[in-house]
Amino acid sequence: MSSDLHQQFVRDMLTESFEGLDRYDQSILRIEQGQSDREMLNDIFRVIHSLKGTAGCLGFQRIQRVAHVGENLLDLLRSGALPPSPAIAEGLLRLSDALRLHLDSIDATGAESDADQADVIELLQALKDGKAPLKRPARVEAETAVVASASTSTADVAPPTVRDSAGSWGLSEDTAAPQPATPAPEETAVVPGSWGLFDEPVVAAPATPAVATEPIPASTTAPSSGVEGSAPAVAAALSAAGSTVRVDVDLLDRLMNLVGELVLTRNQLVQLAQSKKARSESVTEVSQRLNLITSELQEGMMKTRMQPIGTVWGKFPRIVRDIAHSLGKQVRLETFGSETELDRTIIEAIRDPLTHIVRNSIDHGIESPEKRVVAGKPPEGTLMMRAYHEGGQVNIEIVDDGGGIAVDKVRQRALERGLIKPDEAARMSERELTALIFAPGFSTAETVTDVSGRGVGMDVVRTNIEKIGGSVDVQSTRGQGTSLKIKIPLTLAIIPALVVRTAGQRFAIPQANLLELVRLDGAAARDALEHVYDAPVFRLRGHLLPLVFLRRELTLGQVPPAGTAALNIVVLQADSRQFGLVVDGVCDTEEIVVKPLSKQLKSIPVYAGATIMGDGKVALILDVYGLAQRAQVVSENRASAGTAATDDAASRRDVRQLLLFSAAGRDRLALPLDAAARLEEFLPDAIERSGTREAVQYRGRILPLVRLSRLLPGAQASPRPAADALQVIVYQQADRTVGLVVDEIRDIVEDEVDLQVGSSGPGILGSAVIQGRITDLLDVPAILRAADRAA
Amino acid sequence: MAEAAASVRQYCTFEVDSLFLGIDVLHVQEVMKSRDLAPVPLAHDAVQGLLNLRGQIVTAIDLRRRLDLPPRPENRPPMLVVARTEGAVVAFLVDAIGDVIDVAEDTFEPPPDTIRTTVRDLIVGVHKLPKRLLHVLDAEHAADLAR
Repeated sequence: MSSDLHQQFVRDMLTESFEGLDRYDQSILRIEQGQSDREMLNDIFRVIHSLKGTAGCLGFQRIQRVAHVGENLLDLLRSGALPPSPAIAEGLLRLSDALRLHLDSIDATGAESDADQADVIELLQALKDGKAPLKRPARVEAETAVVASASTSTADVAPPTVRDSAGSWGLSEDTAAPQPATPAPEETAVVPGSWGLFDEPVVAAPATPAVATEPIPASTTAPSSGVEGSAPAVAAALSAAGSTVRVDVDLLDRLMNLVGELVLTRNQLVQLAQSKKARSESVTEVSQRLNLITSELQEGMMKTRMQPIGTVWGKFPRIVRDIAHSLGKQVRLETFGSETELDRTIIEAIRDPLTHIVRNSIDHGIESPEKRVVAGKPPEGTLMMRAYHEGGQVNIEIVDDGGGIAVDKVRQRALERGLIKPDEAARMSERELTALIFAPGFSTAETVTDVSGRGVGMDVVRTNIEKIGGSVDVQSTRGQGTSLKIKIPLTLAIIPALVVRTAGQRFAIPQANLLELVRLDGAAARDALEHVYDAPVFRLRGHLLPLVFLRRELTLGQVPPAGTAALNIVVLQADSRQFGLVVDGVCDTEEIVVKPLSKQLKSIPVYAGATIMGDGKVALILDVYGLAQRAQVVSENRASAGTAATDDAASRRDVRQLLLFSAAGRDRLALPLDAAARLEEFLPDAIERSGTREAVQYRGRILPLVRLSRLLPGAQASPRPAADALQVIVYQQADRTVGLVVDEIRDIVEDEVDLQVGSSGPGILGSAVIQGRITDLLDVPAILRAADRAA
Repeated sequence: MAEAAASVRQYCTFEVDSLFLGIDVLHVQEVMKSRDLAPVPLAHDAVQGLLNLRGQIVTAIDLRRRLDLPPRPENRPPMLVVARTEGAVVAFLVDAIGDVIDVAEDTFEPPPDTIRTTVRDLIVGVHKLPKRLLHVLDAEHAADLAR
């Protein structure tokens, strides 16, 4: 029993210490840059102090010894007896590395690492005595120390390396003494060092070997299965970081309250079901209540799983510093939006890909200070990480101001490695060539460094991100830098989806893949359907869109002849390729709960899972990529050849997506599509007043309405009758959200914008020819200012 | 007692076409009337559809198709035997549910070599009951459509 307790304490210590050390590292980095305050020093002193205390209680003597020396040094800093210096900061970083080494080892094998770290202790002692920081030689020593610490910390960041090293620690332990073969003595070897708190397991361990072996599974299994040694270590490595979640107590209380209400409502429902003369109103009432509670419970539960992305980013300042030092580069890391929240499973999944991208950016992207100065840039490179929510997804950008990706080198390397054929290489656009960095087995690093360049990397990054339903996109300007944009879903469990109908069955399509819907009736449907030889296509704004009939792909029966029924085209995006999925009908968009398919159905690539609809029936979730593959919309060769022309053209011109609408008597107005968060309809009854302004309730918040017809000069009264629903563009910029009331939403176009300014008066940014017609671009900020003045 | 337990086995029995079949009762989660199943296009022939079992999505497998038997007459609504297999829970479509019966271990006999090869893996053997033969179904194999 108390062995379990011991285990529990060790686990708590690991969780706490890893968290504390992350904070510690960040503080030290700030001290290194000369920004230190008392509060910070106190905080890091506490981290080391409590680690020392806990380790001592649990019998981890090596940790205790190292931490003790560090604590003494920190105490002097804290009291002001010793001024902070870069050399001290470096020594303190080595302390955290030393502690991490032991903690990782405990996490993996249950015992401290074998390294005695006399050098760290000596260094810290010297620093404390004020000897080391004085002269040059010490500085040099510290410099080399950094390189060493950099390599260990890189190891502790990249899981494959960690696993290796964890395995090798296990092995070196094995050669040093044959302990792991007999786990019980090892347990006893650890415990006598403790302060007698856990005497019991010493006696208990040999008597109950099953319990005794349990706490140290890695050390017993790893050596016995030599090659496989890394696997248990992986499981163990996940354990400390991934097994616990911190939840706000308020949130927990709220959840508990909701559960209480849920129970009450259930009781009511049971009573209703039993009573003979239940009125339908009371049933409705209870079901509404149930509905409310469930959705609040769902929301609250999701919140417990959400974590700020800062939990991952917290480690990056240190990683960046170490990599930069080891490569002799100067890099400043800037992070934005670290409070952006993500489901914890996703946080775990992006940790490694992000680390890899950051390493690549510093190694290949940012140039050495000398080169940068020659190129007319500041010697210090900037690496920016930014996260933000957008349209139900989280975007993460990693931008460096380095040398950019050398397209020629990429082409050459891809040819050398046989990733592309020479004729292909000639045809490929710059953008496509850039994307080759994601191809398996690709690496352009001229020298394979410790940090990166082994040719396994970006393809793994992409695979991992795609596995969780995300996408990566890279853009690079030669000489100016590279920008990687990752899009990932907020959560994996519940996704917004479009429900479609075909042959009497319903299917859900994840909205992440959805671009737009096109519906054509009768004669229009017959005319719109054309064929390239035998492949059906549809002209979507001048481009041929290949059509895939869901009926045909799923063998659900004959496709009705063209023109007999309306043509419903769901425009989807798979990879970089678009296609139109023809379905019988479009039902609605819904938030669906994704459930995995059983093993009997897993092998069918067309389905991503299944879900239960509101009426309790099951609907299949379509895997857009699998569907595209089945329909051969994306085959290896066609995919690249087909998009080359359009992509290339798009990247060269200033192509923008615009939302076309009419308002205030003007037939063709436009605004950038990315400024429009959503398109909504509100009934006139819904309009309320807030002060002198009109507003509606929208998603639990107040959405102020701006009537363009009242603000644009020369406006005419809306031709629509007043009782009609209002067409509203929900405009979102920074933290401001307003609804622009327009007459009619016309279209979404992607076109080259050649703006001619100053022709149309206030509220209008200028005019451009779009789709062959003159269109005015709305200057929304100016409109909003005018609205503010009017109100 | 221990001896009796070892020599007696309990089967949940059901009928499929003219076959009298049984699954070890410990593997059976529940039996129920069939309900609306969502068909799965492109799936194995034997997959009849998906079923919402109190929020869990369960694959329904038609034992008639699985055992190479003629299709069920339209007027005969099937029953579902929900069984726990190693992989997951599966629902088997059968014609009718029988009793849970105790059979003696020693009445068991493996299937003859002349049994059709396609079902050899599915029928573990038979228990010789006084009037008829109880076919013992290997639920694990029956649910594994890859073989």
